[in-house]
Amino acid sequence: MSGPVLEIKNAKLELDGRVIWENLNLDVKQNEFIAILGANGSGKSSLLKAILGQLPLSAGSIELNSKKIRRGSRRVGYVPQSRQTEATMPIRGKDLLWLGLNGHRFGFWPASKTARTQFDHIIEAIGGKELQHHPISEMSGGELQRFRVGQAVISEPDLILADEPLSALDYNQQAAIAELLSRESKEHNAAVLFVTHDVNPILNMVDRVLYLADGKFSIGTPDEVLTSKTLSALYGTPIDVVRNQGRILVLGAHDNHDHHYQEEWS
Amino acid sequence: MIFDFSNYDQLLPLVTNSLIVGAMLAVVGGLVGVFVINRDMSFAVHGISELSFAGASITLLVGGNVVFGSVIGSLVAAIVIGILGAKAKERNSITAVLMPFGLGLGILALSLYQGRASNKFGLLTGQIVAVDDPQLMSISVISAIVVVTLLIVWRPLTFASVDSEVAAARGVATRSLSVLFMVILGLAVAASIQVVGALLVLSLLVTPAAAAVRVSKSPLVIPLLSVAFAMVSVIGGILLALGSSLPISPYVTSISFLIYLVARVIAWVKNR
Repeated sequence: MSGPVLEIKNAKLELDGRVIWENLNLDVKQNEFIAILGANGSGKSSLLKAILGQLPLSAGSIELNSKKIRRGSRRVGYVPQSRQTEATMPIRGKDLLWLGLNGHRFGFWPASKTARTQFDHIIEAIGGKELQHHPISEMSGGELQRFRVGQAVISEPDLILADEPLSALDYNQQAAIAELLSRESKEHNAAVLFVTHDVNPILNMVDRVLYLADGKFSIGTPDEVLTSKTLSALYGTPIDVVRNQGRILVLGAHDNHDHHYQEEWS
Repeated sequence: MIFDFSNYDQLLPLVTNSLIVGAMLAVVGGLVGVFVINRDMSFAVHGISELSFAGASITLLVGGNVVFGSVIGSLVAAIVIGILGAKAKERNSITAVLMPFGLGLGILALSLYQGRASNKFGLLTGQIVAVDDPQLMSISVISAIVVVTLLIVWRPLTFASVDSEVAAARGVATRSLSVLFMVILGLAVAASIQVVGALLVLSLLVTPAAAAVRVSKSPLVIPLLSVAFAMVSVIGGILLALGSSLPISPYVTSISFLIYLVARVIAWVKNR
């Protein structure tokens, strides 16, 4: 086995003088599926942005394949929340996938044979053969997210970052999209960091959980982290973790109306 | 009588320059328009054109190169709107503030101007026989810069326009691209003003692309249609204006509006 895909060492992030998290250490191996949990404002999305090189760390380092991360690495795939693009122009499912392959490239080079093979493979894998000619504005949330997952994995990245990709989907769709992401990432031994405020739809595929709270964090298997004892220690107040029919409910810490921190890019 | 085509063969050579410029502007307007629609910047185009008009009027007054003046005006407006109005919400108010200011400044310069009156109105409502060789030259250079730059950044700009969050995550320099696009847009507006006039730039930079988006969903077909629509509007407008005593702009705007209407009807019939 090779070394870790992603190595976060003593990382500290400050935003507007406030420490979001510090002394964060995390090694992510190939094929690993890590859920990032935590209340609103605990810095889940900021962690992804730091890994993407969009937010500079105040201290520590992040390495991808033993190299310091940089903005726009081709080795990282990204799945955003399920919502329509802000575009006022039609964009079809297939266009979305192609942007994942060559959207960053200048000029009009025709698609390579490899790219076409990748496209055909992914369109099959996400079950998008029929849908690919439809504008994404006419797709349901679940249909759109299938293309989003396809767009993220089509360039065969080593690391996939997913930022609340299941929000606004119903429970069945959530499970289906998470399955798809897990399956497609494993095909190329990619690791997944999955930000979510509900761990239940992905519970059976999660290897480890990173729980962020009040500048502190806890890392381990779901059974280690998602307990009343660990979370109470993390928050410093009593937290109840209730397990019911295979589902986990965290009471006392979670803001149920978890608003996703969204920076505007234009 | 509105139309008189009796001495058309003698008139035609007079507008050769205009026809060449018109064709170039159709390509520029058709292509830039795709991104204007895509990035929801139609109103900003109008704001830029008024400042471009002010720049042109001032250079007309002081006796400079009018194209140069309108380029400067355009670029100032484009960059101000680009920086202060980076967010769509703020962009409209910035544009609305700049627009009357530019228009007023331009009218002030024009009322002080002692030269030919047709030059004055030309900047607002367009002109056909006024394109001289130096203007032809400068518009050609501007058009070439706009089209070549646009073709080079086409894909990343599309990515950044339709899907900015993912594009940024994939390393597309979304902010630099949006500044670059404002410069391209400024240049396109400055060039278009010379023929269709400041008030009607939208008919070249927005309407053809808006019509194209109605009838196609393909990222390849949309720009091609948009250019074709712009071409029909401009060339058709010039040829019709030639046989009449009216300025060119009513013809260009009417044709491009008609194309838009037909496009909407086609889309409506298809989706029924």
